[in-house]
Amino acid sequence: MTRSTKIFKYVCKRLLQGIPIILAIVIINFFLLNLAEGDAVDVLAGEAGSATPEYMAQLRKKFGLDQPLPVQLMVYLKNVLSLDLGYSFRHDMPVNELIFDRFAATGLLMTSTIILAVGFGILLGLLAAMRLNTWKDAVITVFALITYATPLFWVGLMMIVVFSLNLGWFPTSGMTNIAAFYEGWDYVVDVSRHLVLPTITLSLFYLALYTRMMRASMLEQYGQDYVVTARAKGLTERRITYVHVLRNALLPVVTMAGVQVGALIGGSVIVESVFAWPGLGMLAFESLFARDLNLLLGIFLLSSMLVVVVNLIVDIIYCFLDPRIEVN
Amino acid sequence: MTKKLLSINDLSILLPTGADRQYAVQDIDLELNAGETVCVVGESGSGKSLTARAVMGLLPAPHVRVGKGEIIFGGEDLTKVTYERLRELRGSEISMIFQEPMTALNPVMTIGDQIDEIFRYHVSMSPRERAEKALSLLVDVNLPDPEKIIDAYPHELSGGQRQRSMIAMALALGPKILIADEPTTALDVTTQAQILELINDMQKRLDTGVLFITHDFGVVADIADRVIVMQHGKIVETGTTEQVLQSPKHPYTKSLIAAIPRLKPRKARSRAVEVVLKTEGVYKSFGGGKSLFGFGKPNREVKAVQNVQIELRRGETLGVVGESGSGKSTLARCVIRLIDSDEGQIKLGDIDITKLSRKELRPYRKRIQMVFQDPFASLNPRIRVGDIISQGPILQGEDKEDASKRAYELLDIVGLDRRSFDRFPHEFSGGQRQRIGIARALSLKPDILVADEPVSALDVSIQAQILELLDDIRERMDLSMLFITHDLRVAAQVCDYVAVMQYGKIVEMGPTAKLFKDPKDAYTKSLLAAVPGKDWHFGKLKP
Repeated sequence: MTRSTKIFKYVCKRLLQGIPIILAIVIINFFLLNLAEGDAVDVLAGEAGSATPEYMAQLRKKFGLDQPLPVQLMVYLKNVLSLDLGYSFRHDMPVNELIFDRFAATGLLMTSTIILAVGFGILLGLLAAMRLNTWKDAVITVFALITYATPLFWVGLMMIVVFSLNLGWFPTSGMTNIAAFYEGWDYVVDVSRHLVLPTITLSLFYLALYTRMMRASMLEQYGQDYVVTARAKGLTERRITYVHVLRNALLPVVTMAGVQVGALIGGSVIVESVFAWPGLGMLAFESLFARDLNLLLGIFLLSSMLVVVVNLIVDIIYCFLDPRIEVN
Repeated sequence: MTKKLLSINDLSILLPTGADRQYAVQDIDLELNAGETVCVVGESGSGKSLTARAVMGLLPAPHVRVGKGEIIFGGEDLTKVTYERLRELRGSEISMIFQEPMTALNPVMTIGDQIDEIFRYHVSMSPRERAEKALSLLVDVNLPDPEKIIDAYPHELSGGQRQRSMIAMALALGPKILIADEPTTALDVTTQAQILELINDMQKRLDTGVLFITHDFGVVADIADRVIVMQHGKIVETGTTEQVLQSPKHPYTKSLIAAIPRLKPRKARSRAVEVVLKTEGVYKSFGGGKSLFGFGKPNREVKAVQNVQIELRRGETLGVVGESGSGKSTLARCVIRLIDSDEGQIKLGDIDITKLSRKELRPYRKRIQMVFQDPFASLNPRIRVGDIISQGPILQGEDKEDASKRAYELLDIVGLDRRSFDRFPHEFSGGQRQRIGIARALSLKPDILVADEPVSALDVSIQAQILELLDDIRERMDLSMLFITHDLRVAAQVCDYVAVMQYGKIVEMGPTAKLFKDPKDAYTKSLLAAVPGKDWHFGKLKP
């Protein structure tokens, strides 16, 4: 069996294994969310200011909230299996449409964040390890320490104050300039300009993390026996660093990055709120206060699917990076 | 007229300030001629490896560096040349092979690529020429199926194959000097014999000077032309192999050589009638389970122990001998029920312990205790020695004071100071830790001691002391011992009875003297033939 068919089989197997995991997540989320006091009807009634108990009961009946929990769960599961995530009474829209709209925005933010954090993290870590105990190493280490310790929302606010309000380089919020109705290339440029600040804010923490990890990993690999062998073979230090040490040092960083994609969604809630980025994080935040359980469950389902898929991608990258890992 | 390749004159290597001694290596002189093998022998910490690394300029800078002296190679002083010049010499004129072929190769690069690099950085050749040359090198070192191995990663090869690949790499450009730093220590004895033969062949063909670092006098006896004995960073004796092995002058050399276990089996003793441990048809395999949800192929199954029958009588030592992967350690673990066997009976006296539940087993646990191989990993670093020893009896319901008293007595028995009681394991040397491990095993007053390679991590002089201690204890406490080892010399010295294991099966079993004199099985014969230095009778020397 060739490697590619092996990998294909492995992907199918992992996706199949993902189904029960996701179902379990859905069920656990369902009960967790229902543990909280109040439902969408309470919120609607509260906002309306005057709702009779009869009207509230009527609403509950209409939404299916009067049914016992297990029945509600069964109904929900049945809908999920037919790819229908229900209806958001808050937004008066099917959850499917709402989520996929927002997902693109979050996906964009996350992808750019991961590329920035992992890419620069690896670069800075590499540089620090190569210039160990010099001023470059010290600067990088201190930078990593500070960004690691700074809260996300504060960084976001400061970014806005400095780069938007004072310098006027980037827009303060949103994803597009609503008034401009850009099309084509102009639209891309517009979105990119809006993307810069949220991406930097969200990636700083992870950038610091990967820098520190990469530095430690490089230093650890420098101490391995195969590096002595490589020196004894008369290779140049360049070759030893970039070919021998780098590839081995990448392995733990890639693993860590894969694990943290899930956490990144959590981090995006704050950043999206600060920058009014129309993504899933902000939607989740709003729907939590509106007790819009259908919408929340939908977001959670999508995030868990995302994590399963990203983990699979990381595992596949990993088995190309490290031949010792066998797919089976 | 032999050509002088390398001369080290008055070399000292500094250790970082604050180390336990100022010099790792002090005032040493050494010469190496073409076609000659010089063995540097010494125990751990003698500075033999650092000497070898200094020649290559591979000292762990900046902490460890050359203090004074010179290393002359081809008219140049290697301690003074530029880094670039040193790089040119490495791998082309002087090359090196290491002890642990698994970690010495880059795990994420194919063997072919790792050989290819040497050509790329030393000579200009087209990629095709390089590939052809790499392949022919793999053929030269007798690797099976070289077309496949050239694309293989290190983890896909066996230890011996990896070491052959390392040798192929080291000899790629026909270096004048090959430095071998314990290249066979991590290998099985039959593989070791093959690798030594390979190095010898290559040396003859290329007229290479070999600087061979080892702790094993058996290896020295087989391959060396001249021997240099090092202790605490100084050379204590040099001479031809004949001189050093037959009539050593320095007391340290004498004591080292006297400590080498003789291959001559011990005298047979009359066997007791009482059987303390008996296994019948024991099987154990690993893996082979179905994967989750039944997708994919079942995992590979390894039959570690197959149908093993052994019988241990009171007061005797039964050796289980075999190479790595033969299942000898698995058997030991089954016997003390660290792992459960799949099938068969393990009888402690009359009771079959394989069927007992954990709770039912508890009273029997104390009757059979284990001494482990690695004295560093097998003691909890956060627990004081006294507690390590007395924990067992306390768990078995003994009074705390009695257990402590007994721990003190045991420290006396294993030859440790009573003050050791309140210390932590890291404060002790390897040999002392192994004594702690033995005291711990003895604290429950067992009938049977299972010793899994108890001396293989120790230097030869320490090894002799521990073996003596084990023998003494067995005598004094009327213990029976199941002794797992890969070293036939050790087996010959301590075992009354020997069982030889291969691929999970016992291929031959018998009284030690008989088995060594007249082995029946082909595998036993090949094991005996591979023992390094078997034609030398080290034992007849007395310090």
